[in-house]
Amino acid sequence: MRYSYQRRTCAIARAKMFPKGTKRKFSDSREEPVAGGEDVNQSSLAAVRMLSSYSLQRQSLLDMSLIKLQLCHMLVEPNLCRSVLIANTVRQIQEEMTQDGTWQIMTQALSAANAAAQCSADRLVATEVLCRQTEAAQGEQVPKPFPVVGSEGCPAEEVLEEEEEAAAAEVGMTMSTVSPQAPTSYLPGTFGMDPCWEEEETGEDDDDDDEEEEEDSEECGSGSEGEERERDSLVEDTRTAEQVFGTFEIKNPAPSPDPALEELFSDVDASYYDLDTVLTGMQSVPKMGPYDLLESLSSHGPSPLSSSTSCRSDLNELDHIMEIIVGS
Amino acid sequence: LCNQTHKSDIISTVEFNPSGELLATGDKGGRVVVFQREQETKSEPQRRGEYNVYSTFQSHDPEFDYLKSLEIEEKINKIRWLPQQNAAYFLLSTNDKTVKLWKISERDRRPEGYNLKDEDGRIRDPSTITSLRVPVLQNTDLMVEATARRVFSNAHTYHINSISVNSDLQTYISTDDLRVNLWNLEITDQSFNIVDIKPCNMEDLTEVITAAEFHPQQCNTLAYSSSRGSVRLCDMRKQALCDTHCKFFEEPEDPSTRSFFSEIISSISDIKFSHSGRFLMTRDYLTVKVWDLNMETRPVQTYQVHDYLRGKLCSLYENDCIFDKFECVWNGSDSVIMTGSYNNFFRMFDRNTKKDVTLEASRENSKPRAILKPRKVCVGGKRRKDEVTVDSLDFSKKILHSAWHPQENIIAVAASNNLYIFQDKVT
Repeated sequence: MRYSYQRRTCAIARAKMFPKGTKRKFSDSREEPVAGGEDVNQSSLAAVRMLSSYSLQRQSLLDMSLIKLQLCHMLVEPNLCRSVLIANTVRQIQEEMTQDGTWQIMTQALSAANAAAQCSADRLVATEVLCRQTEAAQGEQVPKPFPVVGSEGCPAEEVLEEEEEAAAAEVGMTMSTVSPQAPTSYLPGTFGMDPCWEEEETGEDDDDDDEEEEEDSEECGSGSEGEERERDSLVEDTRTAEQVFGTFEIKNPAPSPDPALEELFSDVDASYYDLDTVLTGMQSVPKMGPYDLLESLSSHGPSPLSSSTSCRSDLNELDHIMEIIVGS
Repeated sequence: LCNQTHKSDIISTVEFNPSGELLATGDKGGRVVVFQREQETKSEPQRRGEYNVYSTFQSHDPEFDYLKSLEIEEKINKIRWLPQQNAAYFLLSTNDKTVKLWKISERDRRPEGYNLKDEDGRIRDPSTITSLRVPVLQNTDLMVEATARRVFSNAHTYHINSISVNSDLQTYISTDDLRVNLWNLEITDQSFNIVDIKPCNMEDLTEVITAAEFHPQQCNTLAYSSSRGSVRLCDMRKQALCDTHCKFFEEPEDPSTRSFFSEIISSISDIKFSHSGRFLMTRDYLTVKVWDLNMETRPVQTYQVHDYLRGKLCSLYENDCIFDKFECVWNGSDSVIMTGSYNNFFRMFDRNTKKDVTLEASRENSKPRAILKPRKVCVGGKRRKDEVTVDSLDFSKKILHSAWHPQENIIAVAASNNLYIFQDKVT
């Protein structure tokens, strides 16, 4: 089962998450330089521990917040107030992390691992990865995003622990392979969703949890075969879809004063994701909607996102799709 | 007793009418239940003022917005009564998108004595009717019927969180996350947008409107609160679009308690003007504050509702409880304020004596005519008997909605799908 898989990888990842060198680096930025590893006196060691514990907590809060943002966009009616408050929290954390240099390190690590991960055949999260082809205009290889696995259906604490670990695992993995790269941004992706077909299924649900679980299943764009399988299984059995698939996409930052911040709310393809859509869950333009779903089901191949200028839906087609899904 | 809690039975709003004779509740299933107070009778003085079901009706139904592929919940977010002007009662009820004006009226008479039908009920051939008979009104069993008189729809892109009737009794406001709209009660196809905080670029959105209310006497004045912990008072006479405020109420943050959760817990979940119109009460996650409308810099009183949760904010963020929206109410004389908490606890603060009490709304502790025992949450190490530890609090049992009778000491407290009505002891 995916959760236990994630737990195992998480244990490994946590160990690597803050390698000693990194810790020292953080503490160095705050205190007088510590020479070597043997001369650390008691007080600075305690300070280092405290700082790294704070960093860990802060990181876990960031992960939790990003997950919440992702999840809430998959609910039927996302609560705008809650979304805004969570987003503001993320922004605060990001600002603080930018100030103490952590942010840059993390994003570098993520992009490095990204690049590395693309090549490896037995990626830890192979089946969960949902690729999204973006920046076709940028003409670069698609960076594989990081999935977040979670569920609204399970008891909150248990689930969020897993989600945290999952997210931490992702981050952890990447941080263990730090290598200098162009600074990139940490972007929660895929706020778009296609609730159409899910909602048809959820009509008779008695259990609120089930309903939320189903709505949590999410599609993101086009891409790999793994994604195809994912989609197929989701379509076939929406009721057991317990997992939330989100993507953290890496991209080059725009040359603006606060690139990471904007990335939180925008996407490369600005026409593709509008914050209005994001925060209100409005799907007036279902960009990743049933459209792409059906297209890819029939074509069995990645359809480049740029082709979803067909994402301008018109009502007739939307109705048609819903008919198909409802099975009328 | 049936212990099953149906999700649709969860009470989502409670409101007394201006005379206190009626008490309305709205629930997640879109239903409104109206209770009426029993008239006092000399023969049964101990049954003074019991509330019994008077009318039940389905106010809102679930809808599906096909354009956005979203379900519109039928949950009743707010009910507000209009003052009674004739024999019928009127109330406004709203879900996320649509406000409806309901008329609740009694019928206890029926015209009888028609000679237009024969005994089977079939209509008689008019040519066989030779005499004129005027029907007579006969008493029948009381029937209470609710009819939707107005439907105010399609004015809100975001979720409606408040409605408030103006003291002019002709207009009211409905408020969503980003806008406040002004309606005339008679006109359903037009509303005026009087506050709009939507930024041009939604990426710049950092603050939403959480509640709004008209001043109880000044028909030109309204207040709205934000997720950043501020309240703005607006005067509609100044300009048509009240985006600039007259007064801005915000308490500066205490830097010593700053954390990543500071903003979230400062978000105001409810505002209420005092009956006198002199004060404004705000509820944020941990406190209730009373503001003097003449002083914007800080509240005149701050009451700690459950400060012991301050150390648990991270867990409460994790399980989303930190986003719970608690309401607050004044008593009729503005001397006592009340608000809810977790574990089915609710708190009352006496503004004059500075005393406060914690009570519990639960079946085990509430036998009819028994006096409620004060509860206490143990914050220190040693727990006394009858005290409840913070860790044993049930965060799924929250009292978000309550109401206080406009004149008497009668309170209505909603705990999930149960409504508790408590009264002052009759001595």
